[in-house]
Amino acid sequence: MTILVVAEHDNAHLASATLGTVTAAKAIGGDVHVLVAGKDCGPVAEAAAKVDGVAKVLVADAPHYEHGLAEDLASLVAGMAGDYGHLLAPATTFGKNFMPRVAALLDVAQVSDITSVESEDTFTRPIYAGNAMATVQSTDGIKVITVRPTAFEPAAAEGGSAAVESVEASEHSGVADFVSQELTKSDRPELTSAKIVVSGGRGMGSGENFKILEEVADKLNAALGASRAAVDAGFVPNDYQVGQTGKIVAPDLYIAVGISGAIQHLAGMEGSKVIVAINKDEEAPIFEVADYGLVADLFQAVPEFSKELDKVL
Amino acid sequence: MKILVPVKRVVDYNVKVRVKADGSGVETANVKMSMNPFDEIAVEEAVRLKEKGVAEEVVVVSMGVSQCQETIRTALAMGGDRGILVETDDELEPLAVAKMLKGLAEKESPDMVILGKQAIDDDANQTGQMFAALMGWGQGTFASEVDIQDGSIQVTREIDGGAETVKLKLPAVVTTDLRLNEPRYAKLPNIMKAKKKQLDTLSPADLGVDTTPRLKTVKVAEPPKRQGGIKVADVAELVDKLKNEAKVI
Ligand SMILES: Cc1cc2nc3c(=O)[nH]c(=O)nc-3n(C[C@H](O)[C@H](O)[C@H](O)COP(=O)(O)OP(=O)(O)OC[C@H]3O[C@@H](n4cnc5c(N)ncnc54)[C@H](O)[C@@H]3O)c2cc1C
Ligand SMILES: Cc1cc2nc3c(=O)[nH]c(=O)nc-3n(C[C@H](O)[C@H](O)[C@H](O)COP(=O)(O)OP(=O)(O)OC[C@H]3O[C@@H](n4cnc5c(N)ncnc54)[C@H](O)[C@@H]3O)c2cc1C
Repeated sequence: MTILVVAEHDNAHLASATLGTVTAAKAIGGDVHVLVAGKDCGPVAEAAAKVDGVAKVLVADAPHYEHGLAEDLASLVAGMAGDYGHLLAPATTFGKNFMPRVAALLDVAQVSDITSVESEDTFTRPIYAGNAMATVQSTDGIKVITVRPTAFEPAAAEGGSAAVESVEASEHSGVADFVSQELTKSDRPELTSAKIVVSGGRGMGSGENFKILEEVADKLNAALGASRAAVDAGFVPNDYQVGQTGKIVAPDLYIAVGISGAIQHLAGMEGSKVIVAINKDEEAPIFEVADYGLVADLFQAVPEFSKELDKVL
Repeated sequence: MKILVPVKRVVDYNVKVRVKADGSGVETANVKMSMNPFDEIAVEEAVRLKEKGVAEEVVVVSMGVSQCQETIRTALAMGGDRGILVETDDELEPLAVAKMLKGLAEKESPDMVILGKQAIDDDANQTGQMFAALMGWGQGTFASEVDIQDGSIQVTREIDGGAETVKLKLPAVVTTDLRLNEPRYAKLPNIMKAKKKQLDTLSPADLGVDTTPRLKTVKVAEPPKRQGGIKVADVAELVDKLKNEAKVI
């Protein structure tokens, strides 16, 4: 049995979400191949070949793969599916976008956002914002799966030496084209792979006030996150949102500041090892999941926290 | 142009769901049901396009039990023109929903289909993409902005690193993200009017679709519960605990 993992990348670097997906593939068992579809994406193929446990890297290099358009990627992957028992991609906006198209083209169901592999055809996934865990068995010949990357240890980025082969590109769909991209610039670590995440909610009051969190984040080499309320209010960009409909994070330390702890927010961060909550309302539901809760006004507590950190770091 | 908006009846987002004791699913008897929040956004977007004169007709469809009629009526009260219910008691997977939508699209010939990006019950995030693939149409998923031009649309999408804009030939599929718009509340007179709007009922067989599930639910279980921890007295204690007890900084 052979498994195909579709790599997420920006034509220069392999995204960390791919590494967790490779681990899920290894848990299913069998040879793991990685598909790198992009434009001038040689460096990504080289990186993928070094990932521990990868047997082969397939490269489809064509201009229309540069931005990972779902229409083009799906026809490529569906065309290759005959050689595989399982097709996997990370459950990021990249994988969520094109994988259901692959499933539909193959006339099979997709199992979304799996958090564990029970057997070759049975997987567990959260439903209802993580308030229930469903174990589902797929009866289809080809299993199309998206993987929650933070639920699996990333595969080692070094140690492998897979063969690299090129595959023929599929044709451009002609129905969808890339226009532009606006990526949030940040020198901080990526939200979904950071060891520490500092998040602010509506309680921050304004985007300007996020400066006090940025100071803490920089000291801890942490990523910045936010609740939906903070994003909707325009304090921070949309890609900061943590939760059921935002990003799922599972860092070693999650610090929630001025966040009440709605179930949709908890769904995105409950997997964190240690949770800290700073909130002035001692009844806030966030305290029910926090390992360490501090009932305080954040405008006093956060600057003080920042100063205390200087003493111990 | 004509817009088709599929709406799903789901457990209200304020309800904290309970797993059934026998592990066969979650308790949905006697819980409040509502329109999937992302579908309210989809209806709103379609109605705004109609108000702007870009669209002539907004057709609302739902698939499921007969109570989905209420969900359709809600959408009609927001400004939809007419409704179609594909009635079935069977459990529907996204692939089956997508196939039925294809059957409807072939009858109705919409120029655009606007769906929610995910339903908040199963969180599958598949239906719009599957339907687009079956039609061979372009898709703009997780949309935060939709701009109609001559024969095409530009969709700005919320992606992990920020935002991306794609241009799609019409007909096309759009799936809504939270920040596309803020849905209106239906006013009482409109709710009354909606009761008189046309609502047709079909069966999956009318559309020639076999809805047999491809996935078997083996069990549904409670997630491992997180134990609440302690409250610390002050910032100094917090930093001390993080450094010396949890050892995370
Ligand atoms: C379909 C749907 C999807 C959703 N998806 C998400 C999602 O992905 N992620 C998400 O986060 N939410 C999501 N939500 C929204 C969610 O339900 C909540 O509305 C949101 O998480 C609330 O954000 P908040 O905690 O920042 O704001 P609030 O609930 O308003 O809480 C603010 C908190 O700040 C505290 N506070 C205020 N001032 C101070 C101060 N000076 N010092 C200390 N504490 C202070 C208050 O005590 C309060 O607890 C979704 C909702 C829906 C309907
Ligand atoms: C415990 C359990 C686990 C399951 N696991 C899976 C799984 O892993 N994979 C899987 O494919 N199925 C699974 N199912 C089957 C499940 O019934 C379907 O996923 C579900 O009915 C449709 O998925 P969704 O609504 O989450 O689709 P989404 O793709 O999230 O829905 C997106 C949009 O599609 C439209 N839409 C969806 N359904 C309808 C409808 N009935 N009528 C009108 N519009 C609609 C709406 O606009 C909605 O916003 C599971 C079911 C259970 C009970």
